[in-house]
Amino acid sequence: MVFTIIALIAIFAPWIAPQNPYDLAQLDIMDGRMEPGTVGGAGFTYWLGTDDQGRDMLSGIMYGLRISLTVGAGSALIACLVGASLGMMAAYAGGRTDGLIMRLVDLQLSFPAILAALMILAFLGKGILNVVIALVVVEWAYYARTVRGSALVERRREYIEAAQCLALPTRRIIFRHLLPNCLPPLIVVATMQIARAIALEATLSFLGLGVPITEPSLGLLIANGYEYMLSGKYWISFYPGIALLVTIVSINLVGDQLRDVLNPRLKK
Amino acid sequence: MTVFLLRRLMQAAVVVLAMSLLVFIGVYAIGDPVEILISPEADQIERERAIAALGLDLPLWQQYLVFLGKALQGDLGRSFVFNEPALQLILQRMPATLELAFGATFAALLIGLPLGLYAGLRPDSSVSKGIMATSILGFSLPTFWVGLMLIMVFAVQLGWLPSTGRGETAELFGLRWSFLTWDGLAHMVMPAINLALFKISLVIRLTRAGVRETMLMDYVKFARAKGLSPARVTFVHVFKNILIPVVTVVGLEFGGTIAFSVVTESIFAWPGMGKLIIDSINVLDRPVIVAYLMIIVLMFITINLVVDLTYSLLDPRVRLESKA
Repeated sequence: MVFTIIALIAIFAPWIAPQNPYDLAQLDIMDGRMEPGTVGGAGFTYWLGTDDQGRDMLSGIMYGLRISLTVGAGSALIACLVGASLGMMAAYAGGRTDGLIMRLVDLQLSFPAILAALMILAFLGKGILNVVIALVVVEWAYYARTVRGSALVERRREYIEAAQCLALPTRRIIFRHLLPNCLPPLIVVATMQIARAIALEATLSFLGLGVPITEPSLGLLIANGYEYMLSGKYWISFYPGIALLVTIVSINLVGDQLRDVLNPRLKK
Repeated sequence: MTVFLLRRLMQAAVVVLAMSLLVFIGVYAIGDPVEILISPEADQIERERAIAALGLDLPLWQQYLVFLGKALQGDLGRSFVFNEPALQLILQRMPATLELAFGATFAALLIGLPLGLYAGLRPDSSVSKGIMATSILGFSLPTFWVGLMLIMVFAVQLGWLPSTGRGETAELFGLRWSFLTWDGLAHMVMPAINLALFKISLVIRLTRAGVRETMLMDYVKFARAKGLSPARVTFVHVFKNILIPVVTVVGLEFGGTIAFSVVTESIFAWPGMGKLIIDSINVLDRPVIVAYLMIIVLMFITINLVVDLTYSLLDPRVRLESKA
């Protein structure tokens, strides 16, 4: 429910935000660093205050949410595709392929995500696309492990055997028979991973290695407020953080609910 | 045991080699160090001489072998920025990071264990429910933002704690440590708590789950039936048994703590390895980046090995041979 509202805000940000934070004509540098609730020069109330450039924080958060959600969901989706294909391959092919893919998964999971992402960004440089690449690289392993786990169970079932007896092509068995039955846990993991990806992106952007300054995500907004924090101007960092927190918690709640709905064993 | 250890060491060597190749290609093949190292005014002959002196005219695989040979002798290159050996630069900052990571681990156990114990013993009380709800927050809160809020409240508004830096240090074993002086400790409180946040939640959940499970065991029932005091049952019979999984997981997490200290150190301007690597990435100080990554990889392999060995020591049921 909360998540729906957040998603809607992100999608319709350009239409509902009181101000376009990237349109310099709408900004008034005289309105910089105003406290929440002040009325600006143009007779405009800044409910959440303004940053150093005189941007309305509320609008900034709405646009930032857009970028955070796009990067988070986009990278989770690509990682899901990559991870699920590899996991499926490992489970179906077995043997050496399985061993190789699972060693890679182990290696990936034993290395902390933040460090791996940091390394990749150090090589590739900043930019939205590079952040997405980094997030995909650190996240695919979770999907691969999940899919492999459920695919290993499912492929021993009778319906797969039946499909094999019908001499259906392997591709058809994998996509039409095996994959749909492995989806429920995958969907839950994907939801949780979106939240993780958003948090990770925010952290990377906060460190100055994430999205470029021209397309500020929530993490970058928080980073911008860091230097003003020490002089007591809390709102520049505070409100984007709250927005980030609400987003992450609401996605995790959606994931929890999905798990309950999709797992018949948990139904009482 | 010996066979297992040898096999693991061999595996570790292969991983280190693979990582060194990856890091080398990543850092040296992408981007051109010549542009940074040689001044743009240098003429063609000077340029070529400098390139030859740096070994950059060799094919990539030869450059890699040279790098590897030097790395084996402990030479990971000189920092462009500090003009000091990269390895030395990182080792100088290692105590600060280790100190912070240990502080965080200690704080996590100190705060997490009692809370988890309480929540496990009285699962239905409203305080326990509050503890569990807070622990969920600990998982979802963006840690770096909490760090900022800590500075905001305790350093800026209340003025109780210093916001950044390491404070006064004292010397021990030839290294400088913050936890030996009051000022240093005051500087350490916020970064350590911030770094511990995730772990506190983890410890609370593990302890609670462990307590609830152990309370149903026959030996606990028997201890109660014997008429032992609840305190004795809790602390001797239950607590001891839940410690093993908690300590192992916290140990396992230690690597993650060091990794995440990159963020905490940046927030609190803590002069450790993490802050160094972020600064180096920002100015493209390649030798330092390479050296840091190699050290981290080595560290992780060591931690994983130690954890595997500790498992077998703590729990004789784990058979190492079959796992390898």
